[in-house]
Amino acid sequence: MRDLPMDVLISRHPLLAGLPNDILLLLAGCARNVPFHAGTLLLSEGDTADTFYLIRRGRVGIEVHDPRRGRVVVETVGPGSVVGWSWLFPPYRWHFDARAIDEVGTIALDGACLRTKAEADPVVGYELMKRLSNVLLERLQATRVRLLDLYGDGKVS
Amino acid sequence: MVTEKSVEPFRGPIPESGSRHPLLPTPYRVVKRVVETDTVVTLFLEALEGGNLTFRPGQFNMLTAFGVGEIAVSISGDPLDGGPIRHTIASVGAVSHALCSLRVGSLVGVRGPFGNGWDLTGVTGMAGSATQDVVVVAGGVGLAPLRPAVLELLKMKEEGRGRVVVLIGSRSPDQVLFKEELDVWRTRGAHVEVTVDRADASWRGSVGVVTSLISSAPFDPHDAFSLVCGPEVMMRFTARALLDKGMHEDKIQLSLERNMQCGIGWCGHCQLGPYLLCRDGPVFPYGGRLAELLAKREL
Repeated sequence: MRDLPMDVLISRHPLLAGLPNDILLLLAGCARNVPFHAGTLLLSEGDTADTFYLIRRGRVGIEVHDPRRGRVVVETVGPGSVVGWSWLFPPYRWHFDARAIDEVGTIALDGACLRTKAEADPVVGYELMKRLSNVLLERLQATRVRLLDLYGDGKVS
Repeated sequence: MVTEKSVEPFRGPIPESGSRHPLLPTPYRVVKRVVETDTVVTLFLEALEGGNLTFRPGQFNMLTAFGVGEIAVSISGDPLDGGPIRHTIASVGAVSHALCSLRVGSLVGVRGPFGNGWDLTGVTGMAGSATQDVVVVAGGVGLAPLRPAVLELLKMKEEGRGRVVVLIGSRSPDQVLFKEELDVWRTRGAHVEVTVDRADASWRGSVGVVTSLISSAPFDPHDAFSLVCGPEVMMRFTARALLDKGMHEDKIQLSLERNMQCGIGWCGHCQLGPYLLCRDGPVFPYGGRLAELLAKREL
């Protein structure tokens, strides 16, 4: 199948769907297709946060390494989700690892490129921030629900 | 479906002369005990006299742990198999702990079945398209009362009905109920996904809240209905996520839990606004007044 233009590809991702064509074209200039094999890292704690991933297929586990427990999966995200927030704010360092659970297809967006375009055009910046904030809000709410530890505790003798 | 009514005293059938009083437990014997997780046990119960009771998916029994107390427990068995009555019980209090600790041969008191159960008429075409998809969303031990419905839905699917999607949330991989059976459901055509709150790297499934599975689940929200059971907070969030996806509020059914004691609408302990859950529920459509009632802290 012939590859679609990048602006069309990113317009099919829920994060950017519905954006005007001129903004899509602008953002497409920061984007490239990046696949990951199962088990490989998309990003690693402490490394420079320079990329932002739109997940097209497969699942990604957000992990942290604990000396006692080994790799602990904090959350998994799948197609239509996004991975990586730390490119937004200084000091631009990843706080977690992100690892491909399956064969993963992503669109990688260059963080510095996005920041530059967002700073130069407030309309682009505002659109991006609205959409990213919505995803962050959903993640925050989901995390709060998990903190409730709803599924009970007890032991059977 | 439930219509709104003011709470009234018991107006159910008065026990006929010679029949068992509805508050009198029938003795059953534990014929099999399965430890599902470190907090959940399934008991298989057989009546000492006469046949086992018949029930609809989503109904519950009042189970007595003799000398300890009585609690409401959903029936987790297949309504059509005719075998022992199956109850899957989480050990969360004194009575449930006593029930979970029973061994094969022990006696249990059983009253029931009570409640309305899941309304599956949407699948059979009586309430719309005959090919409606069904989204079953379970949190923790909430999968137990949904299991009979899933089994019935899978039979309907084999007859050409819509898709059956089962989304399960659990605390951790070792707390997932009916793990081996989930693969059987998959081979029978159900789309089954499990997510857990926490996991190590050996877990190949999803990590996150059960609502996170809804956005990518394969169903048509405009021609589907949903059965939801789990902790009440989880059900509220799930209902909202289904609404966001485009499902109509009347197509979402929740199974509620309150302090059920008599099981037949006499005592009023399980009152939720105008409803007595044991008599009018435990299954309610999210539409109508339920969303408002669930948001009231005083209730």
